This record gives sequence, structure tokens and C-alpha cells, in this order.
Amino acid sequence: MILNSKRTRWQVLALVLLISLIPLSAFAQGSDPTDDDVNEVARQLYCPVCENIPLDTCGTTACEQWRGIIRDKLAEGWTEDEIKTYFVDQYGDRVLAEPPRRGFNWVVYLVPVVIFVGGGYLFYRGFQQWRAPEPDRTVRKKGKSSPAPAKPSEDDINRVEEELRKRSQG
Amino acid sequence: MKKILLWSGLGLLLVFLSIGIYRSQQEQVGIGEIAPDFELISFSGEKYQLSDFRGSVVVVNFWASWCESCKPEAKDLESAYQYYLNRGDVIFLGVDYVDIEPDALKYLEEFGVTYPNGPDLRTEISQAYRVRGVPETFVIDQNGVISHLQIGPYSSLEHIKSTIDPLLD
Amino acid sequence: MVAEIGFGSLFISLIVSVYGIIAAIYGTSNHQKKWVLSAKQAMKLVFPLLTVTVGSLIYLLINNNFEVVYVSQVSSLSMPLYLKITALWGGQAGSLLFWSWLLAGFISAVTLKKWDRDQDFLPWVIVVSLGTLAFFLVLNTFFENPFIRYWQVNQDIVQSFAQPAGGFIVGPRNGGGLNPLLRHPGMVIHPPMQYLGFVAFIVPYAYAMASLINGRSDDRWIQLSRRWTLWAWLFLSLGLILGARWAYDVLGWGGYWGWDPVEISALMPWLSGTAFLHAVLIQEKRGMFKQWPIVLIILTYLLVIFGTFLTRSGLLSSVHSFAASSIGPIFLVFIAVTFIASFWLLSSRWEKFKSRQELTSFFSKEALILISIVLLMGMLATSFWGVIFPNISELVTGAKVTVGPPFYERVAAPILGGMLLIMVICPLAVWSYVSFKHLGKLLWKPFAVSLLGIVLPILGGLTKIPAIIAFWLIAFVLAVNGFEFVRRTRLRRKSETENMFETVSRVFQRNKRSYAAMIIHIGIVFMGLGIIGIEFFQTETQATLAEGQELTLASYTMEYEELEIFDAPDARNVARAIVLVKKDGEVIDEIYPRRDFYYDSGQPVTIPGVRSTLLDDFYVILVDWKSVTSEGATFKVYHNPLVQWLWIGAWVIIGGVVVATWPDKKTSKVTKSAR
Repeated sequence: MILNSKRTRWQVLALVLLISLIPLSAFAQGSDPTDDDVNEVARQLYCPVCENIPLDTCGTTACEQWRGIIRDKLAEGWTEDEIKTYFVDQYGDRVLAEPPRRGFNWVVYLVPVVIFVGGGYLFYRGFQQWRAPEPDRTVRKKGKSSPAPAKPSEDDINRVEEELRKRSQG
Repeated sequence: MKKILLWSGLGLLLVFLSIGIYRSQQEQVGIGEIAPDFELISFSGEKYQLSDFRGSVVVVNFWASWCESCKPEAKDLESAYQYYLNRGDVIFLGVDYVDIEPDALKYLEEFGVTYPNGPDLRTEISQAYRVRGVPETFVIDQNGVISHLQIGPYSSLEHIKSTIDPLLD
Repeated sequence: MVAEIGFGSLFISLIVSVYGIIAAIYGTSNHQKKWVLSAKQAMKLVFPLLTVTVGSLIYLLINNNFEVVYVSQVSSLSMPLYLKITALWGGQAGSLLFWSWLLAGFISAVTLKKWDRDQDFLPWVIVVSLGTLAFFLVLNTFFENPFIRYWQVNQDIVQSFAQPAGGFIVGPRNGGGLNPLLRHPGMVIHPPMQYLGFVAFIVPYAYAMASLINGRSDDRWIQLSRRWTLWAWLFLSLGLILGARWAYDVLGWGGYWGWDPVEISALMPWLSGTAFLHAVLIQEKRGMFKQWPIVLIILTYLLVIFGTFLTRSGLLSSVHSFAASSIGPIFLVFIAVTFIASFWLLSSRWEKFKSRQELTSFFSKEALILISIVLLMGMLATSFWGVIFPNISELVTGAKVTVGPPFYERVAAPILGGMLLIMVICPLAVWSYVSFKHLGKLLWKPFAVSLLGIVLPILGGLTKIPAIIAFWLIAFVLAVNGFEFVRRTRLRRKSETENMFETVSRVFQRNKRSYAAMIIHIGIVFMGLGIIGIEFFQTETQATLAEGQELTLASYTMEYEELEIFDAPDARNVARAIVLVKKDGEVIDEIYPRRDFYYDSGQPVTIPGVRSTLLDDFYVILVDWKSVTSEGATFKVYHNPLVQWLWIGAWVIIGGVVVATWPDKKTSKVTKSAR
């Protein structure tokens, strides 16, 4: 072996450095999660005992402990989804910000769709019914810049009739 | 047609609200009621089904490691468990409410609790019993009916015994 | 003594209300005007009576009468005077009393108007108003009495208003004090404004119901209640905005709206109230869709009642929840009666409201307004569904679920976008018909300007498409309104020779509503700007720093310079951090996030230090559940772009409503005497 050649020595050094970095990178992946990493997961969960408070802003000791669990699990290499599933198994569906999409919970997502599609359809049908024939083009051209209709509207007529009625009643 | 829809919608809403109000006013499952069945998986992995213990008295205690008022009764419950151990017909089950396993295990060790304890997974058991806080203890007789409801900690070992002895003969 | 006075006055006001209802019904069925007038007097009396009650409770609070259960629950010796007063609405019993008092205020104020022209309205307005008040007074008197005291009977402590046999009053030496989260100037103004917004809708509701009961199908009720409704809408809007502001200032999650069920319960009447204001426009200008205003105002009021029921009954899981109470069942009865009566009256008079409905075009002003109403209703229906679903789920599956922000935001975002789009076209659209050429001519200049809304963000490095679209729409709305305003002013100018100010003020006077609406919409758009900034572009970070250390977020750096710890005179310990804000290495500001620890309640609260500019907020808060020392304090930092526009927009909206309700200077003398 030509170990005493300068170039080879550098190559070996580089190789050793490279190899030593491998465990370092594996460690870095799971090593000390930052507060931001923890909050990233905590933000998507709700405190199991408090009323409607997200886990990243909850100030109780219990919540601090739960964030501690998130930190530990992140350090062990758990993914976000795995941690969320763990919380659900322990404390129930209500720790999630939205009902999980299974079983009866589908109803919560379907109803708004029905509301909008149904509402839109109803409106469209109504609009068809209400549609009046377009007025004469010549009339329109004249009235372009002043929106006030030439004839008094039904409302104006109503109002005048009201006034007259009230006056006659004294 | 639309009117029928609207009125039934309103009716449905009112019925639903009534049920909701009724349930929110409900208290814990009470004396004389049948104890809701449940499965408890202990921290060591064993499964306990409440209905399997028909014929025995079962003491179900809800607790948590973060609960300060649970601590005074912890040792007394363990003593009661030891007291009735040889008879074989008084079962103690501890249900850990919304807790963290390492902290729970530490709590059990601190108070020397040896009877079966397990987490209330998905808070199903505490919901079934309509538990409002911890500690709460339900004493269930041999027929599966609740005979005593203890809200808050027991004051002493004698107190615990006084709620169990009348069921035995 | 004072408690007796307070409760006595409360009880009398209940009797007076019941009397008023009976007298009004009797008087109108038997055509005996004097009974109706007597009922009106009764209605006038309730406010002074309840003022005595409220005054008594405030007196008890200020004088530390802790033998009164409510006082010991919400107050303490160390609280400053202004907080002791606001503790009036710090708990369930007091806030219910406060609600009744405000309700009485509006009801009594209604009696002050001249009723000669509207005799047929009067008895039914009285019945509906006093009926509602009577219900709340029943709650105050029998279910949540704020005047009950502690009595010692032998060895026990008993809570009751009247003296139990063999009992004597005992008073704890100090109270528990208000929840620290509530010890903030926001407490002074947000709940009162919110409650004002809620209870004010009793007036248009009473008028609408009176109109229905009388079998009328005209819009006199709208004219009578117009100003009330506008103010109710303003108060409601302000209540929501102030709540958001308070959340942002104090609660420390760098946000302003959590889609909490109680927040949504306050949003729902606002949505239908806004829809109502728009529907009225169509009815007035075109005489169409007459059913919509009355349905919407009744819906708004029903939502107010429903919302307060949900909040106080224990059905909701919320940060705003009051402690468990027994008022649930009787409140449900009230809800049932009110809903059924309203539904029944509406359905029996429905045919009378049928009007000729003709829409000439999809792009006419009325069609666009209709679409906006549909969008608002869609948001309302979705919100309603989201609020009640957790209860439904628990009923059906036994499992509790949370319906949280993702659910609502998914719907709210496109709806907001749709509303912005409509706000672009609507000011240019014309009643009854549309000419695309006309629209096009008016649109191309603002459209050109609006492209800035796409170009500038992209140049600034933005890539989020929804955000870019939103910015474009906002720029478009502003441009359209700007150009339209200039065009109309120019039109006026051409016809007469006058200076700019005169023109502008005349233009405003002539068509107040239209310009008020323009201003309000611009205010909403500004708020939209704030919403987009914070929803799309907020960034945050958290870290523990020792004195002298720094952290970086967005283009800013903050340095934890120093910590001061001291006791404040109102029994709290303050840990105040001095934080330097830097940009490009230079110190540009100094802010003071702090943690207050209240001794009497043992709870901490954190107040952020914020550097605000029009472009963004740099928001630093101390994490209060970790220790705060010189060696290490944990900071949570938010960068909130454009958030100040939320508050600017709010001011603009207020300005718009003021313009809308500004009394007409010279309503021509002819019409005045005609009234």
C-alpha cells in the first residue's frame, strides 16, 4: 500500500470523515427537535382537557407535558401522522382540528357541499323563473348614464298610496 | 311543500336541542343503574372486561397523575385492595383519565398501587360513566348495578370499606 | 340593604313587564287605547328600574361586599376600580343581568318616539319586547340571581337570597377575582359592544312581528326600524372586531379569530344582518323580493337568541363557556316558543308578501346583490352546521369531535373571494338592466390599475396563487370605487360651478346611502387585506434565549436585552422583558413583552410586545408556562404582514355607518311636515 503518498493520505482522511458523518446525519434527523418542530405538530392538535384550545398555545402543565411527548416522539423519529394517530388513540377524535374522515363523520363534509350545490341550483332555477324579457335596445341606449327608471316604481306607488291613506285617517 | 320541510326542520332542531340539554344536565351514572360495560387494557397489557366480573364486587376508580386530590386516596385504595385480596370476590380496577403513560406509571409506583390500572383509551369509559372530574369511584355490586358513587377522594380506608362491606356477607 | 334594593327593583321590573304585556293585549283586543298607553308607560319604566338593579350590583362590587356570592366569584380586593365595575359582566349571573339591562334600554328608548302614526304597531311592539325582557328577567330572578348571599346555618354555608332559618350572613374576606385573561381594557368595551349588537335587534324584530301580526305587507316596519337596525349592525360588527382585537392583543396566539363556536354564534347574526341590509335595498329600489327582508331580520334575531342559548346552556365546548348552569331547559322552552311563533306568523302571512319578481339580467345590480346574499347565507348555513355537528356526532356515535378552523376556512375563503368579485362589479352595475358595453367602458381603467395588484406582489416574490388573486381583487375593488367616485363627482361638477369640497359634500348628501356603502365596502376590503396578510403569510418561531441572545424571523432580528421583575400595586408580579427589534443589524425599535402573575387567583397572563407598521407586525410574546429569568426566557415570535389593515378597515366601516345615519341637513321642509 502506498499509504505514505500525500494524495492517498488525503483520500483516506476524506473517506474517514465521510464515514464518520453518516451516524452524525442519522442522529441529526432525530436529534433535539426545536420548539418550532414541536409547535408544528402541536398546532394541529387540540388540548384533550381544555375547552377548544390548540395544543401549541395551551398554558397548563398538562399541555406542557403533552408537548413534551411530541418532542420525545419527534426525537425518536416518529412522523407527524404517527404522533397524531397516537394522540387520537389515547384521547379520542376530539383532539384533531377536524373530524377524521370516516364513518358518520363524512356527513359533516357532505352537508356543506349539498348546501352549496343545492343552494346554487335553487338560485339558478329561481333566476330562470324571475327572468324578464330584455327591454327595447333603443330605450336602453338612452338611459345609459342615468339609472333612474322613467316610470315610478311599484314601491313609490305604494308609498304614495300609504301617505294618502294615512292622511285620510288623520 | 316547502312549509312541511321548514317545519320538520324546526321540529328536528328542537328535538335535537332537547336531547342535548337533557344530556348536558345529566350527572354521572347513578346508584341503582346498571354499570356500563367496558374493556380496560392495563399498562402491562392484560385485558379486563367488566362483565367478566359478575358475581364479584367491582371498585372502579377514575384517577390521573396530574390530579392532586387523587393522591390522598391512592394508598388507601391499595390497602383496601390488599385487605380484600384473599377473598377473591372484590375486584379493584383503576382507570387512568387523559394521562401520559410514563407519568401514570410513576404515580402508581409512588403510591405502591398493585391492582390493575390502565388508560382510558379515547376517553370512552369516562364518557360512558359521565365522569365530570377526577377522582370519582364507582362501587358495583355482584349483579352489575352501581351501589355507591364516590365523587372526590375517599377520606380513609374505613370509608372505603364502609362502601364495600354492606355488599358482602 | 343594597342587595335588597337591587333585587327588589329587579323583581318589580319583572312584574311591570308582565303587566305591560297583559295591558297591551287587553287594550288592543278591546280597542281601549288607554290600556295600551298604560302598557307603554310600563315599557318606559323598565329601564330606570333595572338601572337601579345594576347600580346596586356595581355598588356591591366596588365596596367589596364579598358576602354576595357573585361578588366573591368575580372580584377581589386588589382589583382596580375599573375592573371591579367591569366584573359586572365577568360571570354568568352578572352578565345576564347586564344583558337584561341593555335590552331594557333599547325597549324603553323605543317608547320615546311619536307613536301617533303607527298606533297599530304599538301594542304588538310592546308585547314582543316586554315578552322577551320578561323571559330574561325570569332567568335573572329565579335561576341566576346575582344577589344571593352566603349564610351560615349551624355548621354549613348556604347560598340564598333570603335569610334561611337560623342563619346569619357570612362574608369571606376576599374574593377570587376576575380571570386574569379578562383583566384588560378590552374587557371594558368588547362585551358591552357585543351585547349591544345582540340586544339591539329586538327593535327591528318587534316591528317586523308587529307588522306580521297586523297582517300588513307594506314596508312601514322597515322605515320605522331602519336607524335601529343600522346601529345594531354597527354594534354587532364592532363587537366582533373588538373581540378580534382583544384576542390579538392579549391571548398570545398571534391570531384574532379561532373559529370558536361562541365566536361563530356571534358571527351568524352578523351574516344574516348584513344580508338583510342588502335585501332591503332591493325591496326599496325595485319593489322585489319583499319576503327576504322580513325573513332575514327575523332570522337575525332568532340567531341572536339561539347564540346566547348555546353559549350559556353548556351545549358548546368553548373558551367562552360560562360555568355549568341550570338555565338550559327553560331557555330551550323560550327558544321553542319564539321560533314557533315567528315561523307560524311568517308562514301564515307569506302569500301577502309575494311580489312581482323580475330580474332582467344576471349582471344587474339587484341580481348581484342577490348573489351576495346567497353567498352570505351559504356561509351562515355552513357555520351553523359546523357549530351543531359535534353535538350531533356525540348523539349518534357517542364520540366527541372537534369542528375546527380547517373546516370553516375551506368555505370562508372562496366565499370571501366571491364577495370581492361582486364588490368589483356591483358599484358599476345599474338597477334593472345591464349594458355590457357600458360596464366594459367603466371597467377597463380600474382593471388596468388592478393589475398592479398582480404585478406588485409577484415582484415582491409572492408565489401563492390564492393570495395573488385576492390582492388583485382587492386592488380592483379599490380602483373601481375610486374611479366611480371620481366619475360621479365630475358629473355633478359639470352641471354647476363650485369648488371640490362643496361638490363632494353635496354628492354625499344627495346619495348618502350609496356613498356610505362605498365607504363601508372599502373598509371591508381593507379588512380583507389584513385577513389575507395574516392567514397566508404569517410566520412564527419559538426559542429560549438568555439575556443578550438573538433570534431571527422574517427579515427581523430580536435581541433579549434585559429583564425587569417587580410587583405592581394591584397585587401582581410583573416580569418585563426589554426586547430590541433589529433590521439589517440596526436597532429599529424596543418592545416590552411581559408576564403578569396575579397573586389572588394564582394565574398568569402574558401581554405581547408588538412593533406595528402598515406593512406588518412584529409580535413577541413571553411563553407564560415556562420560567422567565435572565438566564432563559422563552419567546414566541410572530410576523404578521398587513394585519394593521384589519383595524384600519374597522375604522373605515364605522365612518361609513356614521355617514349612512347622518341626519339629513335639509330634508326638504315639505316632506318633514308631511310626516
